[in-house]
Amino acid sequence: MDFLLQLVVQGLSIGCLYALAALGFVMIFKATKVLNFAHGELLAIGAFIFLVLSVWLKLPIYAVFLLTLVGCFLLGFVIERLFLRPMIGEALILIIMLTVGLAAMFKGLLLFIFSGNTFVYPNFLSPHLAFKIGKVIVSPVYTATFLITLAFLVIFGLFFKYSSQGIYMRSVADNQIAALSLGVKVRRVFAISWAIAGLVCAMSGVILGIINGINVHELSKMGLKVFPVVILGGLESIVGAILGGLIIGFIETFVSGYFSTSLRDVVAYIVLVIILMVRPYGLFGLEEIERV
Amino acid sequence: MRLRLRPCGNYREKYEEELGIFETDFGRLSLIGGLILLFFVIPFVFKSYTLYILNHVGIYVIAAVGLNLLIGFTGLISLGHGAFFGVGAYTAAILITRLHVPFLPAIFAGGLFTAAVGLIFGIPSARLKHLYLTISTLAGQFILEYIFVQWKSLTGGTEGIILPEPTLFGISLKSDRAFFYVIFAFFVLFLWIAKNIVRTKYGRAFMAIRDNAQAAEGMGIPIFRYKLLSFAISSFYAGFAGALWAVYVRSVTPEPFTFFLSIEFIAMIIIGGLGSITGSVFGAIFITLLNEFLSQLASYLMNIKGLTGATLTIAPLREFFFGLIIVLFLIFRPRGVAELWRRVKTSFTLWPFSH
Repeated sequence: MDFLLQLVVQGLSIGCLYALAALGFVMIFKATKVLNFAHGELLAIGAFIFLVLSVWLKLPIYAVFLLTLVGCFLLGFVIERLFLRPMIGEALILIIMLTVGLAAMFKGLLLFIFSGNTFVYPNFLSPHLAFKIGKVIVSPVYTATFLITLAFLVIFGLFFKYSSQGIYMRSVADNQIAALSLGVKVRRVFAISWAIAGLVCAMSGVILGIINGINVHELSKMGLKVFPVVILGGLESIVGAILGGLIIGFIETFVSGYFSTSLRDVVAYIVLVIILMVRPYGLFGLEEIERV
Repeated sequence: MRLRLRPCGNYREKYEEELGIFETDFGRLSLIGGLILLFFVIPFVFKSYTLYILNHVGIYVIAAVGLNLLIGFTGLISLGHGAFFGVGAYTAAILITRLHVPFLPAIFAGGLFTAAVGLIFGIPSARLKHLYLTISTLAGQFILEYIFVQWKSLTGGTEGIILPEPTLFGISLKSDRAFFYVIFAFFVLFLWIAKNIVRTKYGRAFMAIRDNAQAAEGMGIPIFRYKLLSFAISSFYAGFAGALWAVYVRSVTPEPFTFFLSIEFIAMIIIGGLGSITGSVFGAIFITLLNEFLSQLASYLMNIKGLTGATLTIAPLREFFFGLIIVLFLIFRPRGVAELWRRVKTSFTLWPFSH
């Protein structure tokens, strides 16, 4: 029973993490229809910026957080401007392959600088975040993950619903041409989507780093895990991404708890193939897909 | 017989003339010249090491041409071709070591089995838009990698399978020179098949699907069947190349068949030119030579005094350069080397009055 409860706690926080990572992915997909295969590398870049600032430069922790988030926001902006903007108007498959290229490029660069070793962050979480449910101790990392994810989801929920920029983004996602004719600056929306995705990625990368330590290979694999999550939730839906994240998080934790840890890494993909065959628009996606 | 020269205008009267591969007899002659060079000069001029590299080029060309049929002609992306290459390699290896099948049928069986495996991951795509195929092949890549490592009784796990020396009609094919003939015979065969697929009904259907799927369906092309067919042909090519590779290298372990190999194949066809068979050849040559160059560079840098302490590994450099090349080609030369080659040729033809 305690073991089960332990798994539930773990699954919940891993699930939150997937949900957060998927949020960044869905953001880009909704606005630009691009599947971003460089997602894991964005996570890794965020995590390593945090590492450099906190361990090498020894800045105070709030400054590290702030600088990492701002840095990755700008990075997302720059990536859009340098690599994605010249491709506007090209066939979608070329743009998707471009993100595959970006992924390889960033991964190579990170491996070159930091090598494939695992690094750990200094322990900065307050021990007050730990608490007990029955006999199960919930470590501060899990509480922090849960709280940060919740905060981000609320902030972005409000941003999309009430801010003018959020409304522009929704309008572009809904109908790009209509939005353009109503005076929405679609290019700026593209740029901001990438910037916000960079920021969200950095956040999930940092949390992952706190939980497992950071390793380029692990983080880039983690980025590809968003595909099962978003397909399960339906590519277009943010609520779906959150629930998809939680479901995949639970499935992975339970599989590694009761079966084997090596199966954990592929079970998400097995779920993905099954979902694609049975219910391809996901649990919450739009059913009106183009059947071609 | 008189040689046909390039006409100064379009004098074609039949559709067959329009579809012909060679516009002039010079093309045919240079092809014959090229084949003579390939089979009678190159194997005797070059050393074993060069032939070893050329053999790899040949194998990669077969896989890249298959992938180009899928991405360049049908407009569907596969991120699982690295693993499909592996499926072919394992199938051939298992057939040869367990069932003692001779190597030629084993290679063909490798290709066919890979086509069947590919179809499992291709089914979702056929019902849906192209991006779902990309995602399902990504899943395929990781599931197959897991099977290669974990199904120890069949694949030998991380230790892999060692293959015996291949023989054909009692002749040993151990040397690089002997195997050169095997690889390049198939190279010519599969290039010829691919070239002919794309200029017949099937190729035109693929291109119609790529350019506008709805319109293609409206014109009576059964899209589901043609997408699956394209995917099956493409995975057959990948599996066949993998099987050939297994027989040649004679040791199959899970390491080479990673997601990165899939990216390498994609890099080959992007550099070569999407939707160009000759382009895939250029792309495979380019990538293999770049790989060689980078490993030479790494070993050269390691031998420089003072740098010996630095652990210079080649893998990150390769990933970085491949990614960079994909990105630069897509942004600046989306039609690849094949387009450059065509331009050079036209400017020679039109000389001195180009433009």
